[in-house]
Amino acid sequence: MLFYIFKRVLMTIPVMIVVALFVFMMLRLSPGDPAAVIAGDYATAEDVERIREQLGLSEPIVVQFTKWLGQLVQGDLGTSIFSNKPVAELIVQRIEPTMLLALSTIVFAVLVAVPLGTLAAYRAGSWVDRFVMLFSVGGFSVPVFVLGYVLIYILSLKLKWLPVQGYRSPFTEGIGPFFAHITLPTLTLSVIFIALIARMTRASVIEVLEEDYVRTARAKGQSEFKVLMRHALRNAAVPIITVIGIGIALLIGGVVVTESVYNIPGLGRLVLDAVLARDYPIIQGLILFFSFIYIVLNLLIDLSYSLLDPRIRY
Amino acid sequence: MLLGMGTMTRRAVLAAALAVPVAVSSIASPANAETVMRVIPHADLKNLDPIWTTAYISRNHGYMIYDTLFAMDDNFVPQPQMVDTWTTSDDGLVWTFVLRDGLKFHDGAPVTGEDVVASLTRWGARDGMGQQLFGVIDTLEAPDEKTVVMTLKEPYGLVLESIGKISSNVPFIMPKRIAETDPFEQITEYVGSGPFVFQADEWVPGSTVVYTKFEDYVPRDEPVSAAAGGKIAKVDKVIWQYFPDATTAMNALMAGEVDFYEQPAPDLAPILSSNPDITVEVNDPLGGIGFARFNHLLPPFDDADVRRAAIMAMKQEDYLAAGVGDPQFWKTCYSVFPCGTPLENDAGSDVMATGDVAAAKTALEATGYDGTPVVIMQPTDIPMLSAFSLVTAEKLRNAGFTVQLEAMDWSTLTSRRALRDPVGEGGWNIFHTWWIGADVIDPMAIAFSGNPDKGWFGWAEDAELEEARTAFAKAGSLEEKQALAAKVQERLWAIGASGQLGQFFTPVAYRNNVKGLIKSPVQFFWNMSVE
Repeated sequence: MLFYIFKRVLMTIPVMIVVALFVFMMLRLSPGDPAAVIAGDYATAEDVERIREQLGLSEPIVVQFTKWLGQLVQGDLGTSIFSNKPVAELIVQRIEPTMLLALSTIVFAVLVAVPLGTLAAYRAGSWVDRFVMLFSVGGFSVPVFVLGYVLIYILSLKLKWLPVQGYRSPFTEGIGPFFAHITLPTLTLSVIFIALIARMTRASVIEVLEEDYVRTARAKGQSEFKVLMRHALRNAAVPIITVIGIGIALLIGGVVVTESVYNIPGLGRLVLDAVLARDYPIIQGLILFFSFIYIVLNLLIDLSYSLLDPRIRY
Repeated sequence: MLLGMGTMTRRAVLAAALAVPVAVSSIASPANAETVMRVIPHADLKNLDPIWTTAYISRNHGYMIYDTLFAMDDNFVPQPQMVDTWTTSDDGLVWTFVLRDGLKFHDGAPVTGEDVVASLTRWGARDGMGQQLFGVIDTLEAPDEKTVVMTLKEPYGLVLESIGKISSNVPFIMPKRIAETDPFEQITEYVGSGPFVFQADEWVPGSTVVYTKFEDYVPRDEPVSAAAGGKIAKVDKVIWQYFPDATTAMNALMAGEVDFYEQPAPDLAPILSSNPDITVEVNDPLGGIGFARFNHLLPPFDDADVRRAAIMAMKQEDYLAAGVGDPQFWKTCYSVFPCGTPLENDAGSDVMATGDVAAAKTALEATGYDGTPVVIMQPTDIPMLSAFSLVTAEKLRNAGFTVQLEAMDWSTLTSRRALRDPVGEGGWNIFHTWWIGADVIDPMAIAFSGNPDKGWFGWAEDAELEEARTAFAKAGSLEEKQALAAKVQERLWAIGASGQLGQFFTPVAYRNNVKGLIKSPVQFFWNMSVE
């Protein structure tokens, strides 16, 4: 097992290099120039060129890439062209809201979706099952921003139960304000994941419920609850865990709409703003960071398989 | 819980009972409360150097923490701000400025003449108007702590207008050690002498900027008037909270989570207006001016008659309706200088006022236009400019042009518009933008340049135009300036430099407990209070 983990960690190095090269080339070859954005309307062509030189953008691409790689090796993700702040500092500033939003969303989604999916599988074909499936289709279909605005209108503006926007850190501002501000984004974002996980849970559990060992468990006289929890759900867990793991990864990199609607200063917004302004170091640093998170999550998911299924050994 | 209470000592209960009124009184006491104004700025403050970038949000940040020698009042006349007295020699070549008493930077150091010299020098290397001023400056010196002497090579009529300009780049005064930074590199220390102090530790780019009141700031005695007059910080703290989503920003204002919304989209104004707790009003008397800019280097717009034909098709009402919407927030204006300003005139503006596709078609046929496609760059991430692009495409097609609309984001457009190459190699024919009125208030604006080497993208060339602009810079009286501005305008329309698409006004929205708003083309936060 330890050797497997070591091997997987080693494998991340070439993957990260390929990602770095790909991101770097993609940005340099795509249209747009941060120097032109900085220079603004008043600039002459000479001004733009001088800014490019100051930013090191006039150097050959190979030289630029080598310099950046050299920084990366030393653990330096670079400095934002616009804010002049280290990219690592910007990521640290933004990571907490995104991580906690992702965590609260996935926890809430799992708590709701797994029982719902299991129930739907157990009552396959009944009105409960149809309701869960209807909810799933709805959850996939409603755009996040529409749901967000509807929830804000009802729960914040009309009922005044929750704040419209913002983020409060549980570590510096207390757990109460944190929950008050994270509830609406969590509800909004979790709907699609509830739909996804519930469908996957239902499909997996239905499949397992037809297995011989389930029939055997029932024949032994075990209660339906035990059959479902100990035999069906546990054996159906591998695909569910995979979906949950991918969900977490998607949440970390893909919450930009929710972060915008609820004005949460997270990583999603950071990457969007950086793309619009062509702030190359931020985009490069963030994509590398997201790639690293994906790799780590995939590793954790793979390792969790062996805990859930004794037949899987590394 | 019960168990916990049971274990409390009598002393603890007594202490808690005594503490309650104390806590309540401290919460209720308004005398001790910190006054905070929460603001939704028009953009994210990405950069803190208002000389390095021309971004308006960096300019507004500059006004929070820096001060200026002179400042424009609401009649667009420069008034002394950091300067106490000033004199001009009889030949107009030597200008002597004496600083006010008590001016201090946020680090406690006094503001000196050397700080002023270094700051103006850095500004003069980047700003267009600054470059023109420094082109006629012979020497700029600080003979003592409080005096600055500017000696010119020849008389120049825009000395005070330049050092008192209201919009980007504003000649903010920084400490000498900071102002000596290369003008093409960003400063890394943010110390000014303005009414607010920037809290660097609390700055989260893309989200939050915090300013606190500078207790040692000495405001002028005169009443506030645009950028001029006494800058009195009436709140302890100003927090800029950037909202990327306009609807969320509107909701936050309606819920009372913020106090002031600098630029709500005009289509949200009716919803905000319907809320009795919120005031929506136009605060900028000059607003913005829409521009359709031609590339004068490439066919078909290398021919002035073709450009004029295209301008004839541009009906301002159609652009403003598409890009702005509600007519209470726009008006037509056929002067190249903003309507309502001293240099507004109608010289040569018939071509812009035509607004008739049929007339444009006739004019275009007379030019012998050969069907060369017109590439219009459409920035789809900026709704107003995207709408302007669509209207132009439709108008030009109807007038007989072959039109190719190319969608892109604004960043791509800004880099592509700098290319002078043929269309096949990345070149372009038209892009749209807007200038705030304060930036195009006189002929010295780069938008009105006729020098293709040092002018604005599109590279208009006209010797007569440049002659009139140079003469304007040396003009003394207002009458003389008005006559030369009319001449500049006449040339701009004669060569069809750009299409101007009307004047529009973005309102501000704020909770009714916000008082002391200053009417100005730039949003200032001194003099404002939250009651």
